Amino acid sequence: MGRVVLVTGISRDIGRRFARAAAHDPSIDRVIGVDVVPPRGDIGDVSFVRADIRTPVIAKVLAKEDIDTVVHMSVIATPGSAGGRNTMKELNVMGTMQLLAACQKAPRVERLVVKSTTTVYGASSRDPAMFTEEMGPKRLPGSGYAKDVYEVEGYVRGFARRRPDVAVTMIRAANVIGPHVTSPITSYFRLPVIPRVLGFDPRLQFLHEDDLLDVLTHAVVAGTPGTFNVAGDGMLMLSQAVRRLGKPSVAMPGVAVGRLGSVLRQARVADFSPEQLTFLTYGRGVDTTRMRTELGFEPRFTTASAFADFGVSLGVPIHVADEPALAGRSGGAHDG
Amino acid sequence: MAESERPQRDVTEGADVVPIGTSGRPGRGTGKARPSASARNLAPSPRKPAPKSASKAAPKAAPKSARPTPVRPVPSAPGAEPPASPATETAAAPRAASTTEETHPLAGIPVGDWLHAFQHAAVELFGDQWERRLAELMAFLRRRLAGDYTVDEYGFDAEVTERFLMAAMRPIAQKWFRVEVRGIDNIPTTGGALVVSNHSGTVPVDGLMTMTAIHDATGRFLRPLGADLVFKLPVVSSLARRSGATLACTEDAERMLSGGELVGVWPEGFKGIGKPFGERYKLQRFGRGGFVSAALRTGVPIVPLSVVGAEEIYPLVGNIPSLARLLGVPYIPITPFFPLLGPLGMVPLPSKWLLEFGEPIRTDEYDAVEAEDPMLVFDVTDQVRETIQQTLYTLLRERDGVFG
Repeated sequence: MGRVVLVTGISRDIGRRFARAAAHDPSIDRVIGVDVVPPRGDIGDVSFVRADIRTPVIAKVLAKEDIDTVVHMSVIATPGSAGGRNTMKELNVMGTMQLLAACQKAPRVERLVVKSTTTVYGASSRDPAMFTEEMGPKRLPGSGYAKDVYEVEGYVRGFARRRPDVAVTMIRAANVIGPHVTSPITSYFRLPVIPRVLGFDPRLQFLHEDDLLDVLTHAVVAGTPGTFNVAGDGMLMLSQAVRRLGKPSVAMPGVAVGRLGSVLRQARVADFSPEQLTFLTYGRGVDTTRMRTELGFEPRFTTASAFADFGVSLGVPIHVADEPALAGRSGGAHDG
Repeated sequence: MAESERPQRDVTEGADVVPIGTSGRPGRGTGKARPSASARNLAPSPRKPAPKSASKAAPKAAPKSARPTPVRPVPSAPGAEPPASPATETAAAPRAASTTEETHPLAGIPVGDWLHAFQHAAVELFGDQWERRLAELMAFLRRRLAGDYTVDEYGFDAEVTERFLMAAMRPIAQKWFRVEVRGIDNIPTTGGALVVSNHSGTVPVDGLMTMTAIHDATGRFLRPLGADLVFKLPVVSSLARRSGATLACTEDAERMLSGGELVGVWPEGFKGIGKPFGERYKLQRFGRGGFVSAALRTGVPIVPLSVVGAEEIYPLVGNIPSLARLLGVPYIPITPFFPLLGPLGMVPLPSKWLLEFGEPIRTDEYDAVEAEDPMLVFDVTDQVRETIQQTLYTLLRERDGVFG
């Protein structure tokens, strides 16, 4: 008797691919995908149920299909696909609230896996170098994706308190990158000329898309409760990343980058989100010790090799020579 | 300047044309048939070789008008071999015509000479093993341009710090400030340690000098903990991260110390570097002792460092608090030379520096939980502060003169 998994947000590419990957896992019996619109690609063995998680219908789906594991990954980063910030907020926050309310009433649900993001830590000049899971943002996010995620995480923690019998795993994924990912950060790197914030060189961490799928599957199978930062090892500076892509970059004041971002967003050239500006100014690093010790997950790609794989999709073969050195550089690598 | 053109124009302009001026003859158009003596002297004559300066200056004045004339014997196809030097050419030719080709500064030097000059310069720059060193430098530049290097989780770029920052600071430390380091053995060769230093000098030059001195003496990189402002400022923030600094907060300090890094901290902060010249070598309040609790929690030794000499580099005699508030910086310094002399006033005075590392204060005999005991933290803070203050007084008595 394997697990019966419900996946939300299956219409998006990463959700659909996770559902397919999960359906192949031997310890998972059935995967049911839920979304408002049907997925565009092939969903294989996954059965699709058209339901809006913002409505109580989701509770019926949970009961009817005997779901014991819920994977929530329909928190979206940009309003681009949803059609406006209001819709995005409703999808993210109201959708999560309804889903959690339904889970609370479903006695069979044993596990909840939420795909969150390291954006929740924000980015500022007063940040510590590496965020651990206990740390919060230095300044509470005022708007946008970061605020949504912050609120979603709050509701998930509330749910974990009310249903202590459910193992709640929260995966805070670093910026996901890979050949098939369309996100603010990948569309930023796909620009022909990359705008940078003058005088700042942020530290970036990436998670490969395959590793994201793996870690979600791992969380479903293992059922380890807790919050975990997940990112590839090592760091890339933005200047370094741009040079690795061999693209020209132009440094301009932060205000100008923000203005350019909103112009690009309106022109639908790139999905530039407002919180990306602070990220591209100050950068962010997350500590992944717990990912290894408690969750027991080891990503296959480092930050550098994930970025190299992304570069290959842009037609730039990036040579990553120092892979083992980079992997071992998590701390104290140079004492005399 | 234009004298050398005139003989050429003689050929084209006919004598029948109603003359305006001197009809191309040398002279100032005085109406006399014969030019003045000085004008005749200036004019090039076929018997005498033209003055070198005149033929050299000609291409600058008329670079386009000068073409190789058919009269002049052309030695070979242009570019096949470098033409002979202008001096011998003019001596042999019937007329002192000069062309762009023959006076071009690059044309006169044979390829072999160039090669030799490059080789000589390379040997001067890199020493005897210049070929290998040059290859290394090229490989380094290629790696940098391809982004093929690693930084650690704090954004520290060891390679660039060593090659550029340290290389730039070393002559300043050795020649300008004549930094003298004492007690370098007190810095452990491996493992985490916390170097606590006094802070002075209006601009945190003392931090850079300490980093250089420690790296040159021990080979270890000092990882400074910087104030909030450092990471808020553009350019400064990226340079700071690149050279190994991180934000002075408990999380980063403990993370670096437990990672086995040699961490530098200046607990006086802006109170220390921004204090008036009259209060030099008087330690300010040592923060809240956060550095002590970080050391206690990670069990690393505290190495007190006393820096003498940094106070005198920019004697702070005034401040513009209103402008400082407006700009959001702690102070706007006024020194006897800045802003009076403008950029020249930014040159630090060449005071003689003494860096003395004191006996390490061990913290590993305390429990990590004792880091929560405020009385212990205050005690250790005072101990570190007193050690630095007393060493400062001793060093001040010992040194002979500020610029000695």
